[in-house]
Amino acid sequence: MRELIRKLVESYGPSGTEEQIRDVIRAEVEPLVDDLRVDAMGSLIAHVEGNGSGTDEGHRLLLDAHLDEIGVMVTYIDEDGFARFTSIGGVSPLTCIGSRVAFEDGRVGVIHVDQKREDASKVPKLDQLYIDVGATSRDDCPVKIGEPAVFTRPFVAQGSRLISKAMDDRIGCAVLIELLRRLDGTPHDLYVVFAVQEEVGLRGARTSAFGIEPDMAIAVDVTGTGDTPEAKPMAVKLGAGPAVKVKDSGMIAHPKVRQLLLDRAEEADIPYQLEVLERGTTDAAAVQLVRAGVPAGCLSIPCRYVHSPSEMVDEADVENGVRLLLEVLQKPL
Amino acid sequence: MILKELSEAHGVSGNEGDVRSIVLDAVRDHVDGVRIDALGNLLTVKHGTDQDPMRVMLAAHMDEIGLMVVDHDDKGLLKVRAVGGIDARLLPGVRLAVGPDRIPGVIGIKPIHLVESDEMGKVTKVEKLMVDIGAKGKEEAQELAPLGTYATFATPYRELGPTVTGKAFDDRAGCAVLVELLRGDRFSFDLHGVFTVQEEVGLRGARVAAFAVDPDCAFALEGTIADDIPKEKDESPTTELGKGPAITVMDRSFIADRRLVRLLTGTAEELDIPYQIKQPGLGGTDAGVIHLAREGVPSATVAVPSRYIHSPAALLSLEDFDHTVRLMRESLSRLTRETLK
Repeated sequence: MRELIRKLVESYGPSGTEEQIRDVIRAEVEPLVDDLRVDAMGSLIAHVEGNGSGTDEGHRLLLDAHLDEIGVMVTYIDEDGFARFTSIGGVSPLTCIGSRVAFEDGRVGVIHVDQKREDASKVPKLDQLYIDVGATSRDDCPVKIGEPAVFTRPFVAQGSRLISKAMDDRIGCAVLIELLRRLDGTPHDLYVVFAVQEEVGLRGARTSAFGIEPDMAIAVDVTGTGDTPEAKPMAVKLGAGPAVKVKDSGMIAHPKVRQLLLDRAEEADIPYQLEVLERGTTDAAAVQLVRAGVPAGCLSIPCRYVHSPSEMVDEADVENGVRLLLEVLQKPL
Repeated sequence: MILKELSEAHGVSGNEGDVRSIVLDAVRDHVDGVRIDALGNLLTVKHGTDQDPMRVMLAAHMDEIGLMVVDHDDKGLLKVRAVGGIDARLLPGVRLAVGPDRIPGVIGIKPIHLVESDEMGKVTKVEKLMVDIGAKGKEEAQELAPLGTYATFATPYRELGPTVTGKAFDDRAGCAVLVELLRGDRFSFDLHGVFTVQEEVGLRGARVAAFAVDPDCAFALEGTIADDIPKEKDESPTTELGKGPAITVMDRSFIADRRLVRLLTGTAEELDIPYQIKQPGLGGTDAGVIHLAREGVPSATVAVPSRYIHSPAALLSLEDFDHTVRLMRESLSRLTRETLK
């Protein structure tokens, strides 16, 4: 799975400009499913027909991972050819300074900060940062207003830890692709959604779910951890198993979906943790409010340094996430 | 020029009837269907020439920001609250038209002679302002401007040469563009021209209208921020007057569909129509809710740059306005199902 993860995290796909990553995922998924389509917003929807469709045992299930990543967008080119920018999704100025960003065509820029600031000891605001693409003037600046870019860092595997940008949520995409690879029939009518524009407001999942009208939905996304120095209290740590969400700031997981995940984990002896996330949410929050409502839950891959260019997950949590979802899909609900 | 009539009409969010009547009169003979929905949106349809036409929604909001009367004091002064994004810095001393009879009013202000030095330059909150309509006591005030009465800026529309000034160009400029498009020739697709309500208080009308129209793609037509005034630092003007229609790539409410943005910029370049990309990340439009309707709607926003929006007097260039109409007309005539493939 490492090669798959590397390919996914190193692909380009800020919210709203997801064509490249979507093509990468499409190529992986196409041979594994019965049907594949791209919906109006750009989400990729893979369909696996249930072998027990039409019986009492089969349900229409939606599994979701978002394929977009956070990034930046050029807002202005100054006289000397430096680009001011805004964020696409939640970008912290702290992780920007010294970072490199890549535009859709691969061109790279360096982010730095205005030297003249009133209080240089304070965290700068985004509008005090700029991207230097090596231009000397507005006229020779190769990037234009409105061009999006993503943070760049190479993928690294060190022991069981995997480090990269965009683990949020390419690791969820990897889990779902690996799940489709291993899945050998399911009683359920399965829709796997690789959703666009999660980072800017859970937008793609909402519209995809409207079209699918599922009986139940599970999002696969990353969650924060409490296992780093002086961390805020949170009972999730790397390597202790995938986390079954209880609640976050956008949703309360449906108790039956939560219990289903716990039961399958216990039955198959798969390690897991329970998750309460105080800040942040996932596509499941949008999906559960679609149409007349959808019982929804979330399986989270614990991840340190979420929304930084160096997000870290544990390979065993990823593997166990795949195993757990496989257990869910192979049995009736 | 319908922009004059639209700009001078009163239509604070929730009270869009006057604007709707003007629009209806202007487009009735040029469309095939007209409907007013439960929230007050005006939905028009102009059928396309294709056998199996696409459904394309164009939206402009009829409402404007303003004030609402919430209380009366013993002297007959009115207390008000903001409806939509009112800038309290601009209000003291401003002339208003209050209620359906457009009773002249003025927002009271302490004479400069009485202002203590530490009060100087401080902004008075909307909640602390008093509107004076000359009423003699509470009862008369209550009679003239009962609780819930709307007030808007009493600003006439004026031509200043190539530019014009008036109130509510956000979004009467968009309404005027849409009127022009509906009055023109048919397109290949069914054009659903929707004049929405309550955008300024949370994109409310467009949400239900988009659900009803269920379009294949959509455009929001707007009057947007031009901040091209002298600045101390080398920073973005957001958009500039005279540089053509402003195309949104991303704002707080949505990310524009790239295929539609390419259609717009490609058409502009092909025909040498000036255009600009609006500074990304600012503001929000009806496209923010339209693109999330049902299974999702590829959407874009095109706007006429306007200085001093959300103030008593905005200013725009008629050349930009004309270029916006032309860019939309030419882009739409090139829009096919292939565009969205």
